[in-house]
Amino acid sequence: MLAKRIIPCLDVRNGKVVKGVNFEGVKDVGDPVECAEEYNRQGADEIVFYDITASFEGRGVFLDVVRDTAKKVFVPLTVGGGIKTVDDIRETLRAGADKVSVNSQAVKNPQLIRDGADIFGSQCICVGIDAKKIADEKWTVYINGGRVDMNLDLIDWVKQIEQLGAGEICLNSIDADGTKEGFDIKMLKAVCDSVSIPVIASGGAGKIDDFSEVFEKTGATAALAASLFHFKELTVGDVKKHCREKGIIMR
Amino acid sequence: MISIIDYGAGNIFSVKNALDYLGLDSILTSDINQIKEADALILPGVGAFPGAMKMLDDSGMTDVIKEEASKKPLLGICLGMQMLFDKSYEFEKTEGLGLISGKVDRIEAPGYIIPHMGWNKLEKLNDCPLLQGIGDDEYVYFVHSYQAYCDDSNIAAYSEYPDKVPALVTDGSFVYGAQFHPEKSGKTGLQILKNFGGLIK
Repeated sequence: MLAKRIIPCLDVRNGKVVKGVNFEGVKDVGDPVECAEEYNRQGADEIVFYDITASFEGRGVFLDVVRDTAKKVFVPLTVGGGIKTVDDIRETLRAGADKVSVNSQAVKNPQLIRDGADIFGSQCICVGIDAKKIADEKWTVYINGGRVDMNLDLIDWVKQIEQLGAGEICLNSIDADGTKEGFDIKMLKAVCDSVSIPVIASGGAGKIDDFSEVFEKTGATAALAASLFHFKELTVGDVKKHCREKGIIMR
Repeated sequence: MISIIDYGAGNIFSVKNALDYLGLDSILTSDINQIKEADALILPGVGAFPGAMKMLDDSGMTDVIKEEASKKPLLGICLGMQMLFDKSYEFEKTEGLGLISGKVDRIEAPGYIIPHMGWNKLEKLNDCPLLQGIGDDEYVYFVHSYQAYCDDSNIAAYSEYPDKVPALVTDGSFVYGAQFHPEKSGKTGLQILKNFGGLIK
């Protein structure tokens, strides 16, 4: 049966990993290609690069990072950040990404999901969502890095995403993000129960049990974390070993 | 030299990247002479069956591939693997290359997420040179909604979702097909590609 996936995420600005990483054996601590190789060695099932560069020049550097990584790391690569058009999707896939993650732009222009899925296939269109709780069992969707509330109901949005042909959802909880108190189980469960496409849990992982909990209590097929792995609090290998001991299928 | 057949579909660069990494010489080509002169062929593919077969037909490669497949190793990947079979029912009935007997149809998995996407375990069924050095607990990366239905004798390894999904198939001679993406399956996938490279005489 399908294994649950553990996905480290690397935030990249101007060709460098933003959060300070300090892996043993990695010479340039800020080099995203070397970080991706290290995560690959640790057993990452997929790697996400998130471009937080604001400039046009930075975009070129970022795509070079994707290109270089695709020559050395042979697990699926997902690339997000700054993708606004079908041409952006094409350029990113051509650089070696297997999937793109669209977030704010998908909310502003949902047709981007449909066009991307029609041209490149659903399997390479992941929709990233930042959502925040407004009442019990009720959440709304935010854009621009969690700064702007779109007054869009989360459950309505995920159903729409699925209909538009998205292949996957990466769901980040604004409430849980950065707290290290665990994934937002309630929100994830509500979303997993509303759609039949895979859902990646994001935001809130702080300890090893958080990973087994999210797989035991929700239908999430993958769990994503950034700083936890950046700061070497846990390795991907530690997390997978723990989940395996809990009886969760892991590669 | 391995010719990776470029008929305008899929992320063929990742296959090339993996072969480069392994030090196996390869070229991306749609040139019939380069297909004839190659030591081995890889038929990649992402997308839908009818469109892909049409692209092969239109570029005049269908007959060449069928002919060369009796002389040198051929590896179909993902949709390229499905194209090795007699026919597919994706959207409409379409003739395949007919190099392995069997058909391609929807994955029957009520209650399961389709596409079958992610890492699944390889269950070995028959000896196969491509499985050399592959252990009993190894996972490979799949992305597909259709699967092959064929005789067990053609299945070198399968995965469960929840029924048997042929993962690695062969005609027992020169023709091999991987439903998963060896170029995206980490060390396991690289080993399988290396084994394929080792078939070159």
